[in-house]
Amino acid sequence: MSKIKCQCGHDNPFGTVLCERCGRPQTEEAKESKLVDMRYEGAARRSQTYKRSIIDKIWNFFSSVKIGISIIVAVLATAAIGTIFPQKMYVAASTEAEFAAYYERLYGLAGTIYYKLGFHDMYNSWWFITLVGMLGTSIIIASVDRVIPLYKSLKKQRTKRHPSFMKKQRIYGEGPSEDPEAALIKAEEKLKELRYNVKIENGALLAEKNRFSRWGPYVNHLGLIIFLFGILLRGIPGFYVDETMWIREGETRSIPGAEGYYLESKQFIMENYTKEEADEVFGDALERVGMIAKNYQTDVALYKTPEGGLPGSDEMDFVKDYSIIVNKPLKFDGYNVFQMDFRLDELKSMTFQLTEKATESSLGEFTVDLTNPEREYELDSGARVILSDYYPDYDGVKDGEPISKSPIPNNPAFIFKMVTQAKPEGEMSFVAIKQTLETEVNDYKVKFVSAETRDISGLTVRKDKTLYLLLLGGIIFMIGVSQGAYWNHRRIWIQKGSNGELLVAGHTNKNWFSLKKELDQVKDVANLPSYEDRQDKESILQDKEVDKV
Amino acid sequence: MGLASLSANLLFVSFIAYLVATLFFGGAVKGAKSEASYKNNRWGKIAITITVIGFITHVGYFITRWMASGHAPVSNMFEFTTAFGMMLVGAFILLFYLYRTPSLGLFALPIAIIIIGYASMFPREITPLIPALKSYWLTVHVITAALGESILAISAVAGLIYLLKNIDLTKKTKQRFWLEAVIFTLILVIGFVLSSSAFKLSGYEAQFTYIDKNEQPAKIEYNYPPLFGMAGYESLTPDAMTPWAEMPPIVNAKTLTTFVWSVASGILLYLILRLIFRRPVAALLQPFAKKANSQLMDEIGYRAVMIGFPIFTLGALIFAMIWAHEAWSRFWGWDPKEVWALITWLFYAAFLHVRLSRGWDGEKSAWLAVIGFVIIMFNLIAVNLIIAGLHSYA
Amino acid sequence: MAKADQKKTRLIIRTIVLLLLVSAVVYTIASKDKVRVLAVGDKAPDFELVDLEGNKQRLSDYKGEGVFLNFWGTWCGPCKKEMPYMENQHIAFEEKGVNILAVNIAESNLKVETFIEQYGLTFPIVIDKDKSVKEAYNIVPLPTTFLINKDGRIEKIITREMSEKEIISLMESIQP
Repeated sequence: MSKIKCQCGHDNPFGTVLCERCGRPQTEEAKESKLVDMRYEGAARRSQTYKRSIIDKIWNFFSSVKIGISIIVAVLATAAIGTIFPQKMYVAASTEAEFAAYYERLYGLAGTIYYKLGFHDMYNSWWFITLVGMLGTSIIIASVDRVIPLYKSLKKQRTKRHPSFMKKQRIYGEGPSEDPEAALIKAEEKLKELRYNVKIENGALLAEKNRFSRWGPYVNHLGLIIFLFGILLRGIPGFYVDETMWIREGETRSIPGAEGYYLESKQFIMENYTKEEADEVFGDALERVGMIAKNYQTDVALYKTPEGGLPGSDEMDFVKDYSIIVNKPLKFDGYNVFQMDFRLDELKSMTFQLTEKATESSLGEFTVDLTNPEREYELDSGARVILSDYYPDYDGVKDGEPISKSPIPNNPAFIFKMVTQAKPEGEMSFVAIKQTLETEVNDYKVKFVSAETRDISGLTVRKDKTLYLLLLGGIIFMIGVSQGAYWNHRRIWIQKGSNGELLVAGHTNKNWFSLKKELDQVKDVANLPSYEDRQDKESILQDKEVDKV
Repeated sequence: MGLASLSANLLFVSFIAYLVATLFFGGAVKGAKSEASYKNNRWGKIAITITVIGFITHVGYFITRWMASGHAPVSNMFEFTTAFGMMLVGAFILLFYLYRTPSLGLFALPIAIIIIGYASMFPREITPLIPALKSYWLTVHVITAALGESILAISAVAGLIYLLKNIDLTKKTKQRFWLEAVIFTLILVIGFVLSSSAFKLSGYEAQFTYIDKNEQPAKIEYNYPPLFGMAGYESLTPDAMTPWAEMPPIVNAKTLTTFVWSVASGILLYLILRLIFRRPVAALLQPFAKKANSQLMDEIGYRAVMIGFPIFTLGALIFAMIWAHEAWSRFWGWDPKEVWALITWLFYAAFLHVRLSRGWDGEKSAWLAVIGFVIIMFNLIAVNLIIAGLHSYA
Repeated sequence: MAKADQKKTRLIIRTIVLLLLVSAVVYTIASKDKVRVLAVGDKAPDFELVDLEGNKQRLSDYKGEGVFLNFWGTWCGPCKKEMPYMENQHIAFEEKGVNILAVNIAESNLKVETFIEQYGLTFPIVIDKDKSVKEAYNIVPLPTTFLINKDGRIEKIITREMSEKEIISLMESIQP
């Protein structure tokens, strides 16, 4: 674990490629290469130093960018596989057997394999979550391992670099100068004009700008970590609510997940674009497609139980009226209620007429509210109809008793007792849709007249306390990524050589084209020697050809 | 109908302008010695002027259509793809003024033309917004995402030029094969545009009833002779050809038919080119890339990713999440389109990492840029048309 | 020996960071299917519902006694079957400090009245009109029965039909 002592006298940590102070190459490889590798300024990555315990080995594993990239590619590949067939959440099935059947029916053997491997629920699978966790780990460890040495070495860099450092830069030039001192001063002036920070020390110049862009990657990684942390928090109870509720027009229901809050649905509205009202510009589209939906909306009233109120209690305070529209959720107390779905035309009430069979004459009409029916209906004629029992979702007779298979009025059936002047003791009649049963032959019957329906709104209730954290992560990511992408760290070194010649070198983390343009300007003003971009072999070649001519 | 037809005319003008500008860029490339030392020549000046005029009329199309419909024209395949083409040209103009490279125009404009041509194959009438799209986030999210994608696409153009210039096409190599494959794919798109236009001009129509995958009866109209029939199809058009085969319910036989016709026309087109010139098509294009400076193309490719990546992140992920939270109640739902946006993002993240830390520049970087464009196009075309999800509005 | 100390600190820090990250992943995997539900041992949420006679019934009124809290519907077959057993045991346990309280989920008065008459039920039956008690207790299948002890804590949750024998032993278990 010894330090590396550079010829300039500086002690460098183990693993250093370029001396932190003067830039002399420290490894054999660096000494031999034509261009120095300027990543992380040639500083020692902390992880590379120690390879001892298992913990260090794991740490080093995650510190490697190569591993990081492999994890990115693995996440990418698994995510892609998850889109081959629809994911579980987009399949209308609830039991495992139904899922299996769905994938088999639609996709055959491939579907079955897909299902068996668990790819149908890819994004909730433990391996996918583990991969994302590994990605997060890699981001944290790799960043920490690099940002600290980078910071230190940028802080320690000296104005005067060793010629061997200069000569191995991608942008490099040397040549005689008549007045190197004057050249440096002129260069300084021009560089300052170009907004460089310029330092001159013993005949050497260092111009630097936008160093902060080097921190961009670490800032954006911080943003990503905050984002991933936010997602982690959603597992904590109370941080995240996700419920659905179905509510019929006229109903008041407690809001699932939001204790103490109630929603009353006043009406559900569905509108389509009509040719008359839509601007004529939409005419062609409506002609081709037919119907295009315009609006889904539930008009609601929000209520809250007073402080200390109990579930079930009648006491409710009105909070507000609101129209929930797609893209305009109802917001209260950190909750959002979204318009997500609907079902049209559920039976709401039915109107009947009591008639005398023989004469077909009416004894009056009455309406049965299917969710809250009354026991007795007085008719205008003085006759009465008593509702003895009611089966909202009639499903035949079992053990001598009519059965309702749900409390929803899908197929209502009634047992009426008709009390008339002629039959004061009453006649019994069983009335279902399209059928009437009588125990004995009656003189009167209850005849269906009309039905009223209502719509049901499907609403989603959400509360997500992590949203602000996620947003913060997103903002920090954007700041970091912009700072790294839209600015670049440029440095120009100029120094007097031992024989009065001038050496010029330049480096940037990206956008060399602009660095060269700036260097050209400085060169013209300060009469600097011309330089080469050693990676642009084509231009070098061309220049040589031009020289020959 | 004033604005709507004005809008259509403006788009047509810009399409023509791009075609003409391409020719002038060709002249500029021919006239230039090398692009490292390119100073505006006359051809180049004319070319960029025409491109800018085309771009302005294209923006004019965008604005007039916006005025006519009352919403940002990015709400269906035609509108989105056209806007994408517009931003591609815009991104090219930006980079042209930064780097002065006519070669980039010579390749970027034809790709923009192909994209606009592709867009025009979709229904072009102005549609009103469905409830889910009624939000100002439609404007913000889609425009930013398209802008990011178009800048990323420029990096693929630069990559393509780099590859055409640097890959030795005289030897039979893997690189040559794949480069030819990329160009072949572009020809397939042209095949689609040509065959689709041809059948549209002839007014071909065949209607069928069929049973959809939820076992409900449905109706469908083909604009191509039906090679494949939907599950349980029955013809409503008496003189239409009988499909060769009936497909299972999960396969959209109409899409498959269109696909097969496009591929067939593409192959035909390709074979004709090969027969006439007796060389790989890449070799035909190679001379046009010869003047480009490799280092500059590499830099443009990288710079474009650098500019495009943050914009893409903002538009396709962050704004997308905010809107998804407003409209669908969750900021992320693993909808295929969302997943593919994430895949695109991960891909470019990997691109930046290999470039920064593993020193993959030059050819490797160029290949990656081209692959990135393929992923973007996959998300635009395949995910919308094949993998149905919440985003398939087209 | 500052160097050795430094090394040790680093090892400890690295171990802690790695452990934290691993536990974060494990936690995420473990918590993915978790839903907020009442569990045995939790305090039974109090509520206030009105019975058919118009009397307010509060769970907290039964403090110090056991409560056999049954959620049911008139349309639900298994609910119907266990009702007569519950009626028998209601009579048997009334004096022993175990009460039956049956909560019907949002049906009409007419339906519930007819049902009570038909089965001759005498224990208190309330209707949860706005389903708020159903939400508070996370009721999914019917019948669901909560056994609440004298401290107001949940002793047991049964989400199926019960035999008379079972009902007896369950009621004994919450006898104060």
